[in-house]
Amino acid sequence: MGVPTVFPAGLPTGPVQRTDMLRFATAGSVDDGKSTLIGRLLYDSKAIFSDQLEAVEKASAAKGDDYVNLALLTDGLRAEREQGITIDVAYRYFATPRRKFVIADTPGHIQYTRNMVTGASTADLAIVLVDARKGLVEQSRRHAFIATLLRVPHLVLAVNKMDLVGYSQDVFDAISDEFTRFAAKLDITDLTVVPISALHGDGIVSRSPNMPWHEGPSLLHHLERVHVSSDRNLIDVRFPVQYVIRPQSVDHPDYRGYAGTVASGILRAGDPVMVLPSGRTSRVAAIETIDGPVVEAFPPMAVTVRLTDDVDISRGDMICRPGNAPEPRQDLDAMVCWMADKPLQRGQKLAIKHTTRTARVMIKELHYRLDVNTLHRDESAVELGLNDVGRVTLRTTQPLFADPYRRNRATGGFILIDESTNATVAAGMVLDPSHRVQPPFTEYAI
Amino acid sequence: MTATPRTGSLLPEGEYRLSQLDTLEAESIHVFREVAAELERPVLLFSGGKDSIVMLRLAQKAFWPARIPFPVLHVDTGHNFPEVLAYRDRRVAELGVQLVVASVPEAIESGLVTQPPDGTRNRIQTPVLLDALEKGRFTAAFGGARRDEDKARAKERVFSFRDDFGQWDPKNQRPELWSLYNGRIHAGESIRVFPLSNWTELDIWQYVRREGIELPAIYYAHDRAVFERDGMLYADNEFCRPRAGEKVFTARVRYRTVGDASLTAAVLSDADTVEAVIDEVSVTRVTERGATRGDDRFSEAAMEDRKREGYF
Repeated sequence: MGVPTVFPAGLPTGPVQRTDMLRFATAGSVDDGKSTLIGRLLYDSKAIFSDQLEAVEKASAAKGDDYVNLALLTDGLRAEREQGITIDVAYRYFATPRRKFVIADTPGHIQYTRNMVTGASTADLAIVLVDARKGLVEQSRRHAFIATLLRVPHLVLAVNKMDLVGYSQDVFDAISDEFTRFAAKLDITDLTVVPISALHGDGIVSRSPNMPWHEGPSLLHHLERVHVSSDRNLIDVRFPVQYVIRPQSVDHPDYRGYAGTVASGILRAGDPVMVLPSGRTSRVAAIETIDGPVVEAFPPMAVTVRLTDDVDISRGDMICRPGNAPEPRQDLDAMVCWMADKPLQRGQKLAIKHTTRTARVMIKELHYRLDVNTLHRDESAVELGLNDVGRVTLRTTQPLFADPYRRNRATGGFILIDESTNATVAAGMVLDPSHRVQPPFTEYAI
Repeated sequence: MTATPRTGSLLPEGEYRLSQLDTLEAESIHVFREVAAELERPVLLFSGGKDSIVMLRLAQKAFWPARIPFPVLHVDTGHNFPEVLAYRDRRVAELGVQLVVASVPEAIESGLVTQPPDGTRNRIQTPVLLDALEKGRFTAAFGGARRDEDKARAKERVFSFRDDFGQWDPKNQRPELWSLYNGRIHAGESIRVFPLSNWTELDIWQYVRREGIELPAIYYAHDRAVFERDGMLYADNEFCRPRAGEKVFTARVRYRTVGDASLTAAVLSDADTVEAVIDEVSVTRVTERGATRGDDRFSEAAMEDRKREGYF
């Protein structure tokens, strides 16, 4: 292996620490060194075990590599090796004393937009990898765009293979400047650019002596410290009722609790609430868990809410605040990423799953197909094929309580399901109704 | 770059933040409730291992103060550690849940499966499991598998669709976005559900400590008569006898995983408390399956092959 780096602070041992969790998505192809980067992060944080390393050493030797090919650590299924393809999103885990990390490792080829969308949907941060020798390519722009489309709050551009350009500051600065100019056209809230060599470990755990000119953080330093709790929407109380708990037991003959996961906002005992779709109002009597009552519930806590009044509530209803509730709507404008072989067409009928509510939906209008490389809007498009992204208007059979996705990822995202095959065929992001005229993205030329 | 204020940014950093264990717990509870709400006949696969014990605890939390609204299924290979069976029966009684036992010895008796000549029963568990799921008309089965265990698992969904033969098709998985799970199935098909997908071995142990969860005693260091085979330590018991040349000796060991007693190996350990185990797991350099499971050693793709056949 190149230069093995040593993880400085040891592993989380001793008492349970108040570490939190960061989910990040990596996008890039094998050529960009994505697998090597992930292998490096796992290796340097000691998340790799000796039996796994041994298997990789053997495989590297068999291939004739003169270094341990860390990329092989993330090599997946036999089905993939046999066909030379990467099937899907793989999830990897590592931890440092500060954080537990979940990596959604997505293949970066053009046909895999659906996998990147999937990985980005739950990510707090996305790493876009570029090869320092090649600079930005079409794929880098596409990855950045998809991260933006899915509202991943933090973006990292990792300029890899710096060793192959002599650790040149000029090369790094040129790529960084070009990307920053491009990012200004997207709606990126936080961008960090880091120079690294995944193969040799430069700039991963600590700043590299080979790049003294770089004043920013190392990649891991950034991952450990990036602020993510403020990314959650803590303003708009949205509690989709998931399951009604009624023990009907001797101990709890009349108990009726509404179980669910807080989608956004902070719910407190005593708060006045409004329930959709009925519009009935009540107060929070208690927020309960098996471990005792909770004073404040915030996302993504899973709790049970009891109300002071006997209101008729079932799964799919939404508890919110009287002065802050989404408007129940049956017509929704949304960006969708199509994930099925059979194309999306106007007039098509599907099932929609939004929060805990399921309804049927018709595609009323396909406004345009978006070229994810240029952001060109093709308004003559009559269908969306596999991996296409486009803007549609949907008509639902019953009202949904949706917020614009850019304001609320939990209540702005939905999936579409083909009712005959039961396959998940699209991911959708609700647009702000005020965007009807002004499209959310600016077209750019490469 | 953006005109919209970020809604949460009014609050100071550090507040309204969940720890990793709380985040994982909330995610698992969400999954349990989603399945109970959307799928008609779920069942929880319980092996007596630490993962299924944690899973049972999470199920209890998800529906409290009501009882767990589905039964528990144990695929009993007949090669059991007695401590594990005792634990199972006690826990099931405490929770008031129904226990269904699918017996491999009975399946051998009835001719559903044939005992392989090497005496192991891992592979023949699968038809017994599938038979029990079919007989119970179960449409969803919770399993305690974690993605950090194996590379086939790393690519599996939380809701893992299975066809009417119980088979997993890695190339044809449903995309899983946000926390929106698609549990729709046709008659005969089913979903395997993995609420612990994002937990690691260390998370499990930290949770065991935090929750004060009791585990079968074999998870902690004890003296046991063992012998070495293929670099692993097997207990000398009625299901697994030393072969010629394999010497039995007493060692201080514990189990990192608990499965079929003929296949699960022990590791040398002095860790006799949960704290000591956490320290040990924190610095261990071998995966738990690599260290202890004869069943995963058969080939590099052993797990993938078994999952395709319907193994959980």
